[in-house]
Amino acid sequence: MPIIEINNLSKSYRVYQKREGLLASIRGLFHREYRDVHAVRDVSLSVDKGEFVAFLGPNGAGKTTTLKLLSGVIYPTGGSASVMGYTPWVRENAYRRKFALVMGQKNQLWWDLPAQESFRLHQQIYRIDQRDFQSTLDELTELLDVSELLSRPVRELSLGERMKMELIAALLHSPEVLFLDEPTIGLDVVAQHNIQQFLRYYQEQRGITILLTSHYMKDIAALCKRVVVITDGTIKFDGSLAGVIDSFSGTKLVRLQLADRQSADGLEQFAEVESVELPKVTLRCEKSAVTKTLATVLQKYEVEDVSVEDPPLEEVIADLYATGAATEQATQEVSR
Amino acid sequence: MSEAAALDGGRPDEKAGLTTRLVCWWTIFRIALEERLAYRGDFALGTLMRFLPIITQIFLWWAIFESIDGDLVGYSFPDMVAYYLLSMLGRAFSSMPGLASTIAKQIRDGELKKFLVQPIDLIGFFLLGRVAHKLAYYTISTLPFALVFYLCRDYFTDGWPSAYVMTMFCFSLILAFLLGFFMDLCIGLIGFWFLEVSSLLFIYMLFNFFLSGHMFPLDLLPSGIQAAVSCLPFKYLAYLPAAIFLGKIDSELLWIEMTTEVLWLVILICVARLLYGRGLRRYSGYGG
Repeated sequence: MPIIEINNLSKSYRVYQKREGLLASIRGLFHREYRDVHAVRDVSLSVDKGEFVAFLGPNGAGKTTTLKLLSGVIYPTGGSASVMGYTPWVRENAYRRKFALVMGQKNQLWWDLPAQESFRLHQQIYRIDQRDFQSTLDELTELLDVSELLSRPVRELSLGERMKMELIAALLHSPEVLFLDEPTIGLDVVAQHNIQQFLRYYQEQRGITILLTSHYMKDIAALCKRVVVITDGTIKFDGSLAGVIDSFSGTKLVRLQLADRQSADGLEQFAEVESVELPKVTLRCEKSAVTKTLATVLQKYEVEDVSVEDPPLEEVIADLYATGAATEQATQEVSR
Repeated sequence: MSEAAALDGGRPDEKAGLTTRLVCWWTIFRIALEERLAYRGDFALGTLMRFLPIITQIFLWWAIFESIDGDLVGYSFPDMVAYYLLSMLGRAFSSMPGLASTIAKQIRDGELKKFLVQPIDLIGFFLLGRVAHKLAYYTISTLPFALVFYLCRDYFTDGWPSAYVMTMFCFSLILAFLLGFFMDLCIGLIGFWFLEVSSLLFIYMLFNFFLSGHMFPLDLLPSGIQAAVSCLPFKYLAYLPAAIFLGKIDSELLWIEMTTEVLWLVILICVARLLYGRGLRRYSGYGG
């Protein structure tokens, strides 16, 4: 049985359209133009217990809105969702004791107090037994290597240290479902790596269900077997990370190592030439045409080595975002 | 109720004993207090600075009474100073600096989200935080308050009131705190609709200042206006406690006033709950 079930979930906002300039501001006092923004449109998704799912998509695609809906912070405009059998926006305490939301851009700890105090408060709010509390806290602080920082005011921690504390605060009550909204945003490579490793270990140990949004492909590649691509409020893809490339990239990269004194002239007749750094040449061709092109090239040129590769993931994703943005613009123009 | 919740053995909330709740409330209270005391220098200075206006206000009344040379609607100069000091005490309970603006800000920048995902009652949480805030304020201001009252002891011409009046006075101070809290809370919650409530808050503070009796005793108002002002809840924030202490309200009227105040409190609690419930439906969890 799926732990998270979303059916035709929609959320639209009414936003005030303000034109530039003072005159427009004054006009806005009397008459306001509003526009409906469909942050999430008809999203349906089902997640099984123990899955680690990544939401991928450009800014404003609706990833965070989906997480907000699932944490019950906002009400949907349409559709339904069920997490562990609860409707999130009813905000039952029983539900709120079983999940956690971590936002990389927001601070949930008490700013002027040591993290320890926030943890103590969480213990009471979530009614965590003292023994469980201590053992969970010991385990988490050791894993994240922050034992010495517990008594330092949060405002004096570095961003990476603070993020670790945020994670501890979120995990103290052993949530069964965890929503992570860009948990590694703004962190340096080492801190990102630490948090990735921790998340992977913790998820494997506890078998909890995690939904993550991130812009770092490394996070996603390291953690999530399943990727859901959202652009323009709708799900464009749901499957494995490798599947993203299969479904969205129509091309492959053919890398040739030409023999000595072999020129690259004339290759452009067979395929698009990506780069020439003799003796290395990279060609891009349609997936369907790879074998044919390769055969022709091998026949006409003296080639020492050859490899066929998928284009890099970042590139595929960037293309995907660009297409999403283009369609969005088109639909907006129509709706005007 | 959903299936999973039923499996859970109903709502664990209702199963939790009073002790568990008290410990939780105590922890929230303690931490809010600690946070309040984190910037002790600023906090102490801010608290003490509030005593400065007392001196200017006493001088102002002195100048007024000098020029009229007599009583002012039943108030002599000492009465007026006594009234002013007592209304200050009422304000120390009922004023809620920063409450409405903080709530509106938390709505606007999305900080409210962190409370919404936690199994707490937000209004109760804010109330506990405010009690802590007030207690921290009293620990610092008790001594200066006592000093001011001691220095001005001669203005209290009738001496100490009876134990009964004292009890009612204390009771009215507690009610003033709750009333002030829920009034400010409602203004803050309007932030769900307007996002920016500072102008609204300014108007509210202005009304509050004149109609609560902080500026002058409400008896000074012309009778028509006085009757209208008497129908509003503002007078409970400063005027009523002071008037009770000075014996200006007879025992029959006292009970009517106290009952009306409790009714106002109930109404405001309902309004706050309604605004909160409706507001959340509108809330879009701004920012990230």
